[in-house]
Amino acid sequence: MSHPKARPLWRIAPVLTVALLVGPVLFGIMWTVLPAIGLWRIGGVPALSLQPFQHLLAHPGLSTSLWMSFKTGVVSTLLAFGLVCVLVAGWQGTRVFFYLERLLSPLLSVPHGAAALGLAFLIAPSGWIVRLMSPWATGWDRPPDVLIPHDPGGWALIFGLLSKEIPFLLLMALAALPQTQAGERRMISLSLGYGRIWGWFLTTLPAFYRQMRLPVFAVLVYGMTNVDMALLLGPTRPPTLAILIVDWMSDPNLARRPQAAAAGVLQFALVLGALALWWCAERLITWIGQRVLALGYRMSGVLDDIGRWFSLAMGTFCATAILAGVLSHVIWSFAGRWRFPHILPDAFRLRTWDRYSADIADVFVFTMTLAAGVALVALVLSLLCLEAENRTGKPMNTTSLWVLYLPLLIPQVTFLPGLQIGLLQLGLGQGVWPVFISHLVFVLPYTFLALSGPYRAWDTRLGVLAASLGAYESRQFLVLRLPMLLKPILVAFAVGCAVSIAQYLPTLLTSGGRVQTLTTEALAVASGGDRRAIGVWSLTLTAAAWAPFGAALVIPALLYRNRRGLRDV
Amino acid sequence: MSDGLCLKNLRLALQGRVLFEVNFSVRPGEVQTVMGPSGVGKSTLLAAILGTLGPEFQVTGQIMLNGRDVTHMPPQARRIGLMFQDHLLFPHMSVAQNLAFGLPADAKTRKQVIQEALESIDLKGFEARDPATLSGGQRARVALMRTLLAAPDALLLDEPFSRLDDALKAQMRRLVFSRAQAAKLPILLVTHDPADAEAAGGAVLTLKAR
Repeated sequence: MSHPKARPLWRIAPVLTVALLVGPVLFGIMWTVLPAIGLWRIGGVPALSLQPFQHLLAHPGLSTSLWMSFKTGVVSTLLAFGLVCVLVAGWQGTRVFFYLERLLSPLLSVPHGAAALGLAFLIAPSGWIVRLMSPWATGWDRPPDVLIPHDPGGWALIFGLLSKEIPFLLLMALAALPQTQAGERRMISLSLGYGRIWGWFLTTLPAFYRQMRLPVFAVLVYGMTNVDMALLLGPTRPPTLAILIVDWMSDPNLARRPQAAAAGVLQFALVLGALALWWCAERLITWIGQRVLALGYRMSGVLDDIGRWFSLAMGTFCATAILAGVLSHVIWSFAGRWRFPHILPDAFRLRTWDRYSADIADVFVFTMTLAAGVALVALVLSLLCLEAENRTGKPMNTTSLWVLYLPLLIPQVTFLPGLQIGLLQLGLGQGVWPVFISHLVFVLPYTFLALSGPYRAWDTRLGVLAASLGAYESRQFLVLRLPMLLKPILVAFAVGCAVSIAQYLPTLLTSGGRVQTLTTEALAVASGGDRRAIGVWSLTLTAAAWAPFGAALVIPALLYRNRRGLRDV
Repeated sequence: MSDGLCLKNLRLALQGRVLFEVNFSVRPGEVQTVMGPSGVGKSTLLAAILGTLGPEFQVTGQIMLNGRDVTHMPPQARRIGLMFQDHLLFPHMSVAQNLAFGLPADAKTRKQVIQEALESIDLKGFEARDPATLSGGQRARVALMRTLLAAPDALLLDEPFSRLDDALKAQMRRLVFSRAQAAKLPILLVTHDPADAEAAGGAVLTLKAR
C-alpha cells in the first residue's frame, strides 16, 4: 500500500515515546553512577574513588537490609505468580473467574500507599482482625505488644506486596491467555483425563509464561525495590535497602548523597542477581518439566480440588483484605471514640474531615490536574504509536517491548536519585515539570499496555470498507477508530491517572520534597500515626484513583446507550 | 475497450513465489465470477484490486478502471466499492450516518439523498436506527446502499450472500445485480457457491492451486 501523505506526527510519536522512556532512565543511571564512583562530589575535585562504596559497606546492618530486599521481593513474586497460575488454571472459563475479572480494576487502582495503610490497620495488634477475635477467642482486652506491621521478618510487607501484585498479574494474564489457546488446550487435556491444574501446567504454562515474563520481572523488581509499601509495612531496624537510599537522599547532610548513589548501584546489582537466579530457576523448571511431561500422571483427583479451592481462598482473602482496608479508611475518617476491642466506633463525627478539608481540597485539585495532564500526554503518545504501527504495518518487536518495560525493570531507587542530582546540576531541580516528566515515564508503559490490546483487536475489515468508500487513514482514525474505541481509550486514561496519583518516590525525589500530592501527604500523615487523619487522606487518595474508572464506565454507556453493537466492546 | 474493470497480466507473487496470473476484463453492467477452493488466493486477488495487499506481496501487470491505471493508487482513490459477507455496518453510527459516511462531501442534499435511498430499499424511516437492531437482510441492504451512494466505478463482492438464508439469498442477489447493472458498474463476484455464479450469469473464472 502506498501512502500519499506521510504525516510527520505519526513518525515522530514512536521516537518521542522511546526518548521519554529511555532518556530519563539513562540520565538518572548516569547521575547515580557518577557520584557513586567519586566522579561528581559536593565541593570537591572529582576523582575516581571507591569511598562512597566503602562508606556504604561500613553501614551497620547492611547485609540484613540486602537480605530483606531480596527476600520480600522474591517471596512475594513467587507466591503471587504461583497463585495466579493456579487461579487461572483452576478457574478460567468458569463463572467464578468472570467475577474475579470484575474485581480487578477497583483492586488494581487502589494506590499502593492507601492499600498498605489499610492492610496495616487490618493486621495491627489493635487492628480489625484482632478486634474481631477479642476478647472472646484471644482473651485480650488490650492490644498485644507485637511488632506488626514492620515485623523484622518482613512478612507484613510480603503480604502487602502479594495482595497488590495478584491483581496486576491476573490482569496481565487476561491479556496473555487468548494468545495461548488456553481454552482449547484445557478441553483437550481434560478430555484426556488430566486434572484442570496439572493439565494446564503441562499444556498452557510454557506459552503463557512466555507472555508473562516481562510483567513477572517488573513485579520482581518492584517487590525488591519499592519504597511506599516498605515504608508502611516493612521492617525498620534495619529497613530494606530502598528505604535506606531514600533516607540518605533526604538527609539534610549532603555528604550522604554519594553513599546513597552507591547504594542505588548496589540495589541494581542485587536486582540483576535476583533476575539471574530467576533465569536459572526457569531453566531448571523447564528441565524438570521435560522429564515429567510424558509420564502420564493425571493429578485429577483430590489434589486438583485442593489446589483450586486453596487458590480461590487465597485470592479472595487478598482481595477482601484490600477492600476491607479501604472500608477501614472510611470508618476511621468518620470515627469518634473507638476503643479496643470494639469492632466499630462508639460514634461517627465529621470532625476529622472538617479539620483537613481545606488542605485536602488544594492537594486533591493539584493531584488530579497533574494526573490528568500526564495521563493525557501518555494517552496521545500511545494512540499515535499504535496508529503508526497500524499505518506502517510493522508490529512491535521484542526490543520495543523491552524498551516499554524499561522504567519498570530498572529499580526506581537506582535512577531517581540520579535524576534528582542530575536535574539539580542543570538547575532544574525544583518545580512541577521534573515531577511531570518522572510521572510520565511510569505512566506511559501502563497506558500503552492498557490500550494496545483493544487497539490491535479492532476489526481491520472496517478500515478496508472505509477505504473503499474513499476515507483516508486520518478520517478512519478520527471517525471510526477513536469513537469505537472510546471505552478502552477512557480506561487507558483512567489507568494513567491511577498510576500518576499513586506515584510516591518520583514525586518526592524529583521535586526535592516541595510538591505535595495525595500520596506524599498520606504517607507523611502516616508517620504521625493519627488513624483518623490517615483515614481521611487515604480515602481521598483511593477515591481520586477510582473516579476516572467510574467515568470510563459511565461516559460510553451514556453516549452509546442506543448502540447495542458497542456494548461489549 | 477502456470502459470497465480490466486486469492486464496481473501477476501476484509472495516472496518471489508466483501465486497466480489473471487476465480478464469486465464491462460496465457485466459480472465476472471468480471461484476456486479456499486458500487458492481469492482474497489475495480482491486485496490486490482494492489496494490493501501487504508489502510482502509483489504485483506486476496493470489494473485499469474506466481507462485509469489504478494499480499503484491508494485504496481510497480507486473508487472501487466493496461488500463483505458480514455486511459490516459501523456500530457506533446510526443507519443514516452509515449511509452518509460514503456520500461524497460535496453532495448538497445529503438528507434527501439518504431518505430516498432508504425508501428505495424498503427501509423508509430507518434513519435513526441502531444498526445492531436490524435483521440480516436489512443490514445487507443498508451495506449495499452505503457502497452505491459512494458512487464507485466498480463493485467487488466477497461472498456477499453466504451468510443469508436461502429465501433472502435469492432476493439479495436480484437486488444487488439489478442495482449494479442500473448503475453500469462492472462487478467482480468472489464466491464458492455455484448458485451465485449461475444467478450472476456472467463469465466464470476458476482459480487453481499452482
